[in-house]
Order: sequence, then structure tokens, then C-alpha cells
Amino acid sequence: MLGLNRRDTWFLLIVVALTLLTPFLLQPFAEDSALAQFNAGYPDLMQRIAIYGIFAMGFNILFGLTGYLSFGHAAFLGVGSYSAVWMFKLLSMNVLPALILAVAIAGLMALLIGVISLRRSGIYFAILTLAFAQMAYNLAYSVLTPLTNGETGLQITLSDPRILDAAATDSLPVPSLFGLEMNDAAQVEVLGRVFTFSVGYYFCAVIAILAFYVSMRIFRSPFGLMLRAVKTNQTRMSYTGLNARPYTLAAFVISGMYAGLAGGLLAAMDPLAGPERMQWTASGEVVLMTILGGAGTLLGPVLGAGVIKYFENIFSKINENVLHEWFGALPGWLETPIVGLIDPFVGEGWHLTLGALFMLVMIFLPGGLMEGGRRIAAAWRRRRARRQDGGSGSTAPAE
Amino acid sequence: MDVILLQILNGLDKGSAYALIAMGLTLIFGTLGVVNFAHGALFMIGAFCAVTLNRIFNISFTTIDETRTDFLGNPMEVHTTYLETWLGPDLGGAIIDWSVPLSILFAIPIMVAIGVVMERGLIRHFYNRPHADQILVTFGLAIVLQEIVKHYYGANPIPTPAPDAFRSAIDFGALIGLEPNAVIYPYWRLIYFCFAAVVIAALFAFLRFTTFGMVVRAGMADRETVGLLGINIDKRFTIMFGIAAAVAGLAGVMYAPINSPNYHMGMDFLVLSFVVVVVGGMGSLTGAVAAGFLLGVLESFASMNAVKDILPGIDQIIIYLVAIVILLTRPRGLLGRKGVMEE
Amino acid sequence: MSILEIRNVSKRFSGLKALDDVNISVAQGSVHAIIGPNGAGKSTLLNCLVGKLVPDSGAVTFKEQSLLGVKAYRINQMGVARVFQTPEIFFDLTVLENVLIPLFAKRDGSFRMHAYETVENEAQIVEEAETLLRDVNMADKRHMHSASLSRGDKRRLELAMCLSQRPELLLLDEPTAGMARADTNNTIELLRQIRDRRKNITMVIIEHDMHVVFSLADRITVMAQGTALVEDVPDKIKGHPKVQEAYLGGH
Repeated sequence: MLGLNRRDTWFLLIVVALTLLTPFLLQPFAEDSALAQFNAGYPDLMQRIAIYGIFAMGFNILFGLTGYLSFGHAAFLGVGSYSAVWMFKLLSMNVLPALILAVAIAGLMALLIGVISLRRSGIYFAILTLAFAQMAYNLAYSVLTPLTNGETGLQITLSDPRILDAAATDSLPVPSLFGLEMNDAAQVEVLGRVFTFSVGYYFCAVIAILAFYVSMRIFRSPFGLMLRAVKTNQTRMSYTGLNARPYTLAAFVISGMYAGLAGGLLAAMDPLAGPERMQWTASGEVVLMTILGGAGTLLGPVLGAGVIKYFENIFSKINENVLHEWFGALPGWLETPIVGLIDPFVGEGWHLTLGALFMLVMIFLPGGLMEGGRRIAAAWRRRRARRQDGGSGSTAPAE
Repeated sequence: MDVILLQILNGLDKGSAYALIAMGLTLIFGTLGVVNFAHGALFMIGAFCAVTLNRIFNISFTTIDETRTDFLGNPMEVHTTYLETWLGPDLGGAIIDWSVPLSILFAIPIMVAIGVVMERGLIRHFYNRPHADQILVTFGLAIVLQEIVKHYYGANPIPTPAPDAFRSAIDFGALIGLEPNAVIYPYWRLIYFCFAAVVIAALFAFLRFTTFGMVVRAGMADRETVGLLGINIDKRFTIMFGIAAAVAGLAGVMYAPINSPNYHMGMDFLVLSFVVVVVGGMGSLTGAVAAGFLLGVLESFASMNAVKDILPGIDQIIIYLVAIVILLTRPRGLLGRKGVMEE
Repeated sequence: MSILEIRNVSKRFSGLKALDDVNISVAQGSVHAIIGPNGAGKSTLLNCLVGKLVPDSGAVTFKEQSLLGVKAYRINQMGVARVFQTPEIFFDLTVLENVLIPLFAKRDGSFRMHAYETVENEAQIVEEAETLLRDVNMADKRHMHSASLSRGDKRRLELAMCLSQRPELLLLDEPTAGMARADTNNTIELLRQIRDRRKNITMVIIEHDMHVVFSLADRITVMAQGTALVEDVPDKIKGHPKVQEAYLGGH
């Protein structure tokens, strides 16, 4: 189906099902239970997971397949957001033209930066992309203020022209898809659990599924094979009659367009764009998501994005009082040091957890969560095989 | 003439910081072959060494002076530092006043220790991993270090004054025979530049004239052969890492009075220092120093109003622009060696 | 008729004469070996043929087209394939994928954004790759990670990749370097099969191992100190005084 073999079709169907059921899956705890704080089924968070999933998927097409480490991908995310907001300001609150412009502008910028940066590889490439992103960031803050509204960020206002739907309203309009407003949501209560189904999330989810499908097709195609060839051996590649440069450029532009799409979606969910979206820490975050999930795997980056965004949300909510509540049952001499130890990692300290997690993954699990899962599966199979071997020879004790 | 001189001087202090950090990066890269993204964090930790010593010196106890009252009419609380009570107000006060220069002594062992622990505990396991992995793990470490500092010192910049004697400015123009009051320059910045020059000279001398330095230089050129000679190169490289960390730390200590330290100053300087290393030429110490000063001064010229009127925003991007042009036209940088980081 | 012409090629490296006025003409369909002691300039010569180095003077033509200043991938597309001293294969990919890449390159050219079909749906190419792997006795290893192959198998795979492009000229840079005797003999056997099966293929072999050279070559050029000393059929080379001098005396 859809040009995929059976295994991939099932894989895709499972991803689709998981994505569509996310509002249920992330809301496993009853609203009044103590564990309700681990619920994550709110539209805002789910949207961010889907959007950053798209961002990481795109980054993975570049880094996971060709091995070129870009440290400036957030620039495309930012440009996507700015383009989308401009479309909201000038043309219409419909999200489609905004997204199309976001992807197009980000793609163009990626083409421009890619042509220059890809003349170098390795660390030089990383630094070139970093330099370009920092330039974009600095310019967005200063000279480009007419375009970006500087530090305040670009926002929609009542006085915007909006040629297509300039209906005079006294409240700010909301991005919509042919009348479906992005912040519309329905809440359903089942067994004490409140499930929220929002237009915004499902819109992001459908786009994320499409993006995943495209990335899957790229992975399985001869083009994807060539990108992997770039990563392993460029010498052999050129002695095979292949020109690596256009391949890497194509991958760079595609991943830039994914980033632009993600940026556009961010703006579609909340129509404002600020320069901090282009900062190099944001570029670092997408690298992290990709690596944490597993660079070069299809699902890994999405998984990484989900894990990071989920824990960012949970950890940021925990503060010292919550910790004291949790460990309140312990004797005081034990409680204080434990709380003192955990406290730097939660709340404001979420980035510390992120950094530490990142180091741990790089040290112990360079293949990311997907690699970890594979290792566990392999160990499990070995154990089962051993048990069966033992069982065939002698009378194994029943378990 | 005055204007040009002033801009050069203005660029020198930042240029010194770039040069010192870039030198450490180059040393680590040249000897260990590791791209250290946590080097900016070491600079930041250095600056916080100064903050910490300043705080330690200022630990005080409170007494209530019944003879005086504050503006609410309550008896006045008087804070007296322990240093002043133990050593008398003159000596104690002087020590507190001189806390930043004194931090140098305090920072060296701390920075060397941090460097050695970093190399032994983490970097060592990444020698044979791809450069991307090295970049990423040190990037993680940089985040961890800066977040720890943020947790204990807060997110706001912490003013850390230079000694009273150097807080004023010097009429540099008059000093070299120009008309008075044309080129006024803060004392401390001049000291910072001189300090950087001494550190750089000392490091070069160390590498040139000691056996240790000779082995390290040989190791930079050809690691395997030196290893084959039966020299324990790994141990020396660990020490080299400690020295590089100390250099970055010292750059940070002395920078504290120029810019109040905050937790993300390391990242800000790191990105620029990397650009400096690339412009100077990966693996070239002279290149790193030259490019550090060059870019510092260039940045200073670009932020002149006369330049900004013609090219708005140029001050924000000049360093990156130069780096891009250099990387594309001279891939090895200004003074880079052949075959460094090239596939 | 000659397919590869090397005319008056010279190359200097900062004062050192690596190649000094070298003239070699390789006949179509022949196996031409270039031998000589270390530092004779064999590798420099080879690099001049594939676009990695540009000679200071002289001309290199393949089928009457100049190869000088042409990019490596263009030279390959003209019909020149190269086997490296240490096998250059795509280490992260499986054996089958390794062979697929040159087949796609042959069909689609130096760049094609071919993303609307999956690899496995390209039945014709996959089948061709499987056949090739059977030819070099590697069909059972086709799903193995190529980095985990033995040295001999890596060489075999590299040869299969080169042959899959149906090159007219195959350049071999010490194809048996670092191999055990058994692997060397297998490689010789494989090369012999290739020579016999593909009538129009021309091979240029750079080699130290006289056993390999005399088992395969139709003509031999002996190089020393950047010059081509002698060129003749193997039987005459064996006892040639100049050759003995180059190998035994002087150096």
C-alpha cells in the first residue's frame, strides 16, 4: 500500500493510530488522582510534540542519513514562524497559505546557506551553519526589526491588512483552516479522565503523519540509499560516478523545509514569532532530540522529541514544595538531602536534566532510545532461546 | 588617528578573551584531537571563581550599633567582614578590594583540577569517537556546567569590582604623546590586555623551551610516532588539558570586572571563540592568537557609528561574515596546517 | 588499438621528481601491469589517471578524451573504475546495498532525486545486484553488514561494485596488498575470470607481488625513480637486465 511493503505499511498504520490516539494515551490518570500531574493530554503540549517531531524528522534526514551535523537548524524554524505570521498579517488567517510560505521561504534560505556551507564538511560545516544561524538571530534582533519586530516578536494586530478576510472584529482573529479555528477543542469526560480533542492538535497530527510518510519514502528510496552512502564513504561514492554535493544539498534543503514547516505550525498554533526561536540553544535542542531517539532511524527523532517535550513539561512543574510533598514520609535527616539533590534538576533546572541526559545518552547509548530498545529486544530473544535450548535437552522446571 | 587608536584599544580586551579561549581550544584540539564545546563553560567557571572568592572575603557578621540609627529610627545594623576583624581594617580591606587579582591564585588549582577530571572522566572515552560525538557530549557538559552555576548563583549578572585603584580610566593618548583627553581608556581593560599578553607569552615559552612542551608539540604534529617512542603521551595530554582549562579560567577571572559574570557568558564566548579558531586555522596556536585579536578589533571597528550608518547591523554579524569568507576562500584558515580535520 | 594513453607525464612535489616524462600506452582488452620498487611513482601515476592529481605537464587520454582536470565522478562515468589498496566500500551498508549503489549510479547518472520508488520495488536492479553477488560467490552474505566482512570478501565486494558498472578500464591499486596467500590466489582467480568473461575490459594493475603480475599480465611496464624503464611481455621482463638493476642494484 502507498508504495510501501507490508512491514512498512503496518509500521505506518501503527504510527498513525498512536498519533490519533495521543489525546487518550497521554491522559492515563484520573483528574483527581495524585498522578494527574503526569498527564500530558493538553493540546498545547501535544501540538508541541507533533511540531518538534516534524522538526526532528527533518533534521534526521540531514544528520541521520548524510551525517552532516548542522548546528544552525533553528534558523529555518524561526524563518518559518516569521513567514507564517506575515502571511497571517497580510493575506488571511487561513493556515494553509501561511504554511506554504513558511516552507517555501525556509527552503529558499536552506538552498542559499546550503550551497555555501556544504562546500565544507565535518566540524567546518557545523561551524558554518552555526555562524549563519547566529547571523540570522543577531539580525532579527537588530537591523531586521521592521520585519521581525525585534525583541518583542512579531504578532498579529487588529490593524493588519489581511486582504482576504479583513472582517472588522474587535478581538484578534485566530488562525483557522477554512473556518475550523485552531484553538477550538472539545472535552470529553470518561471515568474521571478528561480528554481534550483540539482542532490544533489534529491538524498538527495530520501534517506530522504526512511528514512521517514522506520521510519514510525518502528512507526507503534509492535517493535515501545515496544519502546513506554519503555518510559512509564519499571517496567510493565519487569513484562510483556519483556527485555527493547535490545529494547533500537536496537533503539540506528538504530538512530546512521540514524545519520551516515546523516553524509555520508553531505560528499557526500561536501566531507570534520571536528571535529566540533561532538561538543556537534551539538548534542544539533538535540535535538532542534526534540523538536521544536515535539518529538515522525513522521513528527515533519523533520519539526523542516526544520524550524531551513531555519531560520538559513535567519537570518544569515540579518545584521544591512538590518534592517535599513526595518525600514527606521520609525522616527529616533523609528527606532534606534527597530533596536538595533532586531540586537542581527540576523546575527551573530542567535544562540541567536535559544536559545530563544528553551526556548519558552520548556516553552509554550513542544509538539513542531505538538502539536501547533493540538491545533489550536482542537480550530478551537470547534469553528465550537459551531457555528453549535448556528445555529441549532436559526436563525444564515449569514456570 | 585618535579614533582608530581608540577602536583598536576597545577591541583588545575582547580580543584578548577570544585569543585565550581560542588558544585553549586549539591546544586541546591539537593534542587530543577533541573538539571541546565545553571550553566556554570553563571560561565562565573562571569568572565565577572570582565571584566566589569575592563572596568568601565578604562573609561578615552583624552587630548592632546602638549609637547610630537607620532612617526608620531603629538601631543601625553594622556588617563587618571577618577578614577585617582578623587582619585589621587596612589589610583586610585591601584583600577584599583586591579579590579579583587574588582569585587568580584561587582559580588556578580549581581550574586545573576541573580540567584533569574532565579529561580523565569524560573526554578520554571519546578519543576514538567521531567528532560529532565529541561535539555533542561536550555540548551536554557545557549545558550541565552552566545550569549548575545558574542554580547556585542565579540568572542575573553579578557585579564583581576591580580593585579601587584600577577603577578609573587612563589618558592613554597623553601617555603616548597624543593630545590629552583624546583617547581615554579604562585601566582595568589595559591590565586585562597586558595580563593576556603575559599568559600567552608564558604558554608559548612553556611549549617552546621545556621538554614537556616539546613532547606536546611533537604529539600535536604526530601523535602515533611520539607514542611509539615510549613516551607516556596520554599523561602529558591530561596535564595539557588542565593547562588549557586554567588558561580559559584565568581569562574568565580577569574578565569578571569588565562584564559582570552571568551563567551564559561561556556559551556566548564559545561560539565566537570557535569562529576565531576556524579563522586562525585549526591546530595553529599563533593563528588562534592572531585571529582572536584581529576579530576583536574588527568587531570594535564595526560597532563605530560611522560604519554602522553605512552598513546597519554590521557590528552584529561581522565576525561570522569574516569566518564564512575565510572558510570558503582559505579552508585551512589564516595559518592552518594541512590535513587537520580534513577528510 | 590503445584505450589509455599516457604521454610525457611529469609531476613534481616540492622539488622531488615523482614522475619524469612517463609514456605508457595501454592496449584495449589487455591486462597491463605497472611494477617497480617503492617510490617508483606508481601511485602518483595512478592518481593522475583518476583526477586526484593533475600532472605538471603531459597528457592523459582515455578513448581520445583528456582526463586532466576532470572530476573523479566524471572520469568514472566515462568508463573508468578503480579498486583501492585498502578496499573502499560503504561500510555502514549491507553487501547488497553496496552493489545497488553503482547500479543506480549507472542508470541514473551522477545525481537524481529518485525518491518516488522504494529500493526494493526496483526489481530489475535488485535482480542484477543479486546476479552479480552470485558471480563473486557472495550471494549468501548479501544481508551482512559490509564492515564485518573479511579482507578478501571486502576486496571481492569492491570488485563486484566496480564490475557492476561495466567499466571499459579497471584500475587496480595493489589488489592483493595485505592479503593472506589463499585470499591472494582467490583474487587472482577472480581477476582471471573477469578477464576471460569480459572480452572488452582493460585492466591496469599496480602491484608489488610478482606472482600476481606474472599470473595475469599481458604486458608489463617497469618503473623506477619516476620513469618508465622498460615495457614488454612478461617473459622478456623476467630476465631483463634493467629490471634486475632497478630492483636489486642502486636502491
